[in-house]
Amino acid sequence: MEQTYNISVFTENSIGILNRITIIFTRRHLNIESITASECEITGVYRYTIVVNTSLEQVMKVVNQIEKQVDVLKAFYHADSEVVYQELALYKLPTDLTKGEEIEKILRQHHARILSLSQEFTTIEKTGRAEEINALFAELKPFGVLEFAKSGRVAISKPMKTLEDYLKELN
Amino acid sequence: MKNLSISGAEAVIRSLLAEDVKTIFGYPGGAIMPIYDALYDFKDDVNHILVRHEQGAIHAAQGFARASGKTGVVFATSGPGATNLITGLADALIDSTPVVCITGQVASHLLGTDAFQETDVIGISMPVTKWNIQVTKAEEIPAAIARAFYLASTGRPGPVLIDITKDAQFGKMDFLYEKCTTVRSYVPKPKVDQSQLEKAVELINQAQKPYLLIGQGILLSEAENELLQFVEKSGIPVASTLLGLGAFPANHPNYVGYLGMHGNYAPNVLTNECDVLIAIGMRFDDRVTGDVSRYAKQAKVIHVDIDKAELNKIVKADVAVNADAKQALTYMTKLVQEKTHDAWIQKFRTLEQEEINEVILDAINPQSTELKMSEVVNLISETTNGNAIIVTDVGQHQMITSRYYKYQSPKSNITSGGLGTMGFALPAAIGAKLGAPEKEVIAIIGDGGFQMTIQELGTILQCGAAVKIVILNNNFLGMVRQWQELFFDKRYSFTDIKNPNFLKIAEGYGIEGQKVTAREELQSGLNKLLSSRESYLMEVIVEQEENVFPMVQTGASVSEIILSERHGANL
Repeated sequence: MEQTYNISVFTENSIGILNRITIIFTRRHLNIESITASECEITGVYRYTIVVNTSLEQVMKVVNQIEKQVDVLKAFYHADSEVVYQELALYKLPTDLTKGEEIEKILRQHHARILSLSQEFTTIEKTGRAEEINALFAELKPFGVLEFAKSGRVAISKPMKTLEDYLKELN
Repeated sequence: MKNLSISGAEAVIRSLLAEDVKTIFGYPGGAIMPIYDALYDFKDDVNHILVRHEQGAIHAAQGFARASGKTGVVFATSGPGATNLITGLADALIDSTPVVCITGQVASHLLGTDAFQETDVIGISMPVTKWNIQVTKAEEIPAAIARAFYLASTGRPGPVLIDITKDAQFGKMDFLYEKCTTVRSYVPKPKVDQSQLEKAVELINQAQKPYLLIGQGILLSEAENELLQFVEKSGIPVASTLLGLGAFPANHPNYVGYLGMHGNYAPNVLTNECDVLIAIGMRFDDRVTGDVSRYAKQAKVIHVDIDKAELNKIVKADVAVNADAKQALTYMTKLVQEKTHDAWIQKFRTLEQEEINEVILDAINPQSTELKMSEVVNLISETTNGNAIIVTDVGQHQMITSRYYKYQSPKSNITSGGLGTMGFALPAAIGAKLGAPEKEVIAIIGDGGFQMTIQELGTILQCGAAVKIVILNNNFLGMVRQWQELFFDKRYSFTDIKNPNFLKIAEGYGIEGQKVTAREELQSGLNKLLSSRESYLMEVIVEQEENVFPMVQTGASVSEIILSERHGANL
């Protein structure tokens, strides 16, 4: 049965490691729904959050093959229920169209905020899950959204074991 | 060891010397010229083998590694030089062969600009290397090479590639070489979970019909003695994968044969009858398992492998042990009960007798006037007592050799298993001879595959490697023809191949040879081949449409193996 899995990969900061990871998905004809990467709580260690829709069997094998890569420290997979996750979205609208009460109402309802304001355009920021971000987009669309960008999912796992604990087990 | 201000190119050579490299297979070109220039001063320390094509270099390095247990080393230039390595890299990765490739690259300021002979070697080689790195500064060279050797040779071995820009080769640096002994993110030998091994042995001790499958992991961890001790104490029958051949002596009473699509009858059939299946250092390739959904379903499966990603990848294991074969076998031997399984092994012998009567007797002593590949291989096996290093290419002759050569010693079977690379054997045999000069090295090759890397006869001419070449010539691309006969209504689509005069070609390269067309010439021809102190080529004209049997058809279960053509009327 296919479902959404959140794959967390911890790597050294080396050129090409992202490519090595994505190759494993390409080989198995697996589509990546979203991917984010940045330094994690340990200096020099990078964390990738990769979202895929696939079966448990497939995700287990993929994670093993990712972890096999020399520059990968650890890789995990979690179902949505096992992680806390969030996305960030920015919406750019023409300022003259955002002055009315209606926009204020929408922003309040969606717990969104105005990030920047200039004569020409206004940037609205919203954090939440994909469906919440898309719901706000649907409401803003009639006002003429000039640009819309989403971050992809970032996730942290619910189990309390830290990466540092895992790394100690490695060597 | 500190040397002030040497070039990056010289640092490459000095690093290789520090890794005890004595043989390099390579081909020069623009972007690697500084390294070749540095090599000129080390001609007495390193034996550089000039190949005729970079694919030949990497297959030779593979053959060298497989015969010697050391890491093979390759030099190639940028662009086409590097892309010619790709097939060999893929082959070495899937067959776990330690190889270090060093490629030249355009100067770093030209990277990404479509400069002459520039190609994205790092990107192209990424899916087919265990690890790769581009070096753009001279001072980074020693550490990159140290890491490359460490990664190539430890854990599950594999090919690595270092791409060095021309400016890094010219750059000056202070040379200091330190061997790499650890990489934080990499675990070469997993800590053995003894409780898992205890569980495994408990299953084995209770088993009535335990069955052991071995693969190349035994050879790579040099666990041949540990395997022998485990088998002799536990009394378990042993079968081998293609790449495992030689890890366990073929004449041992517990050895029951060769697994897989064209393997022996008993080891395939009884896979679906054992109660505990123990797989060590093998990866359940589809050519071994046939239809996985009907593979050993009745058995509890114990899978021991150094590569965690292999566990539960194809066959779900009841006990999966992520461990080095040698460590696992040592511990298991301590715990396993001393037993014999005579009745169970007798079952293998009974089926073996069927195969002997139905297939093998005729294969090695045919009534036909035409020579069969199997009788040639059988004669080579008998004449060399199973002690030569046998290098095979890919196709019918390869399966026949795996079936009829009785490998008695480790590192004596060199073939392209996982990738099935035609053209592998000739260059790999050159490498094998250089890796094990004291051994007789015989390349058994089909007429098709021989022509894929035939230019490496020039390498033999130049380096003088005394490689013995046997061409089993059926004037067909035989394995594909066999499939066309069996599964495509005998529509022989582009499998009849018009061959050149192989002896004349050999002669052109200064290699003596002989053509054998009749049975009575075979033994004398073989004697001549074996007694030659130099490279020698024997072309044997064999039956055109010989088929390899038994056979597990695609999609069939291993227990549905077809013993011979007579049984395959329903194909």
